[in-house]
Amino acid sequence: MSLGVVLFASTHFAIRAEKIAKEKGLAVKLVPVPRQLSSDCGVCLRFSWDEKSRIEEILNQAGLQTEGVHSLE
Amino acid sequence: MNEKLIYLDNGATSFPKPEAVIQAMTAFMREVGGNPGRSGHRLSIESGRVVFEAREKIAALFGVGDSSRVVFGQNATEAINLGLKGLLRSGDHVITSSMEHNSVMRPLRALEKEGLDLTVVPCSREGFLDPAEIQRAIKKNSRMVVLNHASNVVGTLLPLEPVGNICRNHGILFMVDAAQTAGVIPIDLEKEKIDLLAFTGHKALFGPPGTGGLVIGRRVDEKTLQPLKRGGTGSRSEFEEQPDFLPDLCESGTPNGVGLAGLRAGLEFVLGVGIEKIRDHERKLTAGLIQGLLRIPGALVYGSGDAEKQCAVVSLNLEKWVPSELSFRLDEEFGILTRVGLHCAPSAHRTIGTFPEGTVRVSMSYLNTEEEVEQTLQAINTLARKGA
Repeated sequence: MSLGVVLFASTHFAIRAEKIAKEKGLAVKLVPVPRQLSSDCGVCLRFSWDEKSRIEEILNQAGLQTEGVHSLE
Repeated sequence: MNEKLIYLDNGATSFPKPEAVIQAMTAFMREVGGNPGRSGHRLSIESGRVVFEAREKIAALFGVGDSSRVVFGQNATEAINLGLKGLLRSGDHVITSSMEHNSVMRPLRALEKEGLDLTVVPCSREGFLDPAEIQRAIKKNSRMVVLNHASNVVGTLLPLEPVGNICRNHGILFMVDAAQTAGVIPIDLEKEKIDLLAFTGHKALFGPPGTGGLVIGRRVDEKTLQPLKRGGTGSRSEFEEQPDFLPDLCESGTPNGVGLAGLRAGLEFVLGVGIEKIRDHERKLTAGLIQGLLRIPGALVYGSGDAEKQCAVVSLNLEKWVPSELSFRLDEEFGILTRVGLHCAPSAHRTIGTFPEGTVRVSMSYLNTEEEVEQTLQAINTLARKGA
């Protein structure tokens, strides 16, 4: 199963995104930001790449700004 | 807590705290412990969730849609300093009331020396503010109005909504110091048109000392806000400049995770009981105390004299008694703990006519009882009859 991550400006937004996604029944997990994507100390939201559009839609509806969505392939 | 003690200094800090607050803090220290927003491991994330949930609950309590606009700090004083020093520039005009605490007065007086234009509008001896005084004080360079929601000396409530409307009509920012009311009296940023709300976590929100913060309304452009401190935030780590977004802009350094765990539990307690029920209980205690005091020969009660128009903070004196002696005897002979003096609010005491001798302040929380109020009245009555 291929995975992707959503990056956020701050942990606050990552945790909020996790909460919202879980409420919608999506299998997401907060993981450290992969070094190749950003040198932030924080976490990002990992999800199943199949659900990319669904994740984007949910976060968009919640008014959550992201710092990019990346495939972990 | 010693069973015999009656703690009536909740305006300074609430005590006791609900058991759930102590348990949440213990659990944080035993089982969570990580540094929120710094690392990617599970305990850092769990700690981040604690901070996040505390933020969400503050946002819910004050009618704020976006909890990232809640920034945590040590206390209301730090929050007030952030709002004032972070937004005001030399030449700006600020209006405040004569009932303010030194948490507002001292930073304003310091800024005045650096070129701030300050107007302190008078309040009545009961601590009331006529919103028309604010209207009259407005000038071309007026930038902000700062008011406490309730006086920490006499509990008198100030008219937030009328002043909020005046500020909005003139494009002036409105900052409120809710140290004595957050958790007791409903506050809604939208309804009262508040732009900046400073709160403390350790009074009526039942969290521990070392927690508080500032709610930054949507009309405040955070790009114009200078933080009090800069440093590590766990975000934008590749840059040597401070992030420009909330809450990170104003939250440098390791946050008080254990304190915020306690504050979260305190907020759950407040939201669980319901703010209306808390207010009703405190109003009943306040009314009983005021009515009882008025029946004691020689007792002087300051403030509104009306529990509807104030929070559960009552200032009093006994004729022929020095306030410090009265407070000391209440503690020594009856185990009743009050606060004496000027309560860090010299301007408020000048307004109510008790400067420089001060008053004895009785301040109650939701966890005080009518029996405790009755015992306090009996104790004061006994001392009044004995004489100083």
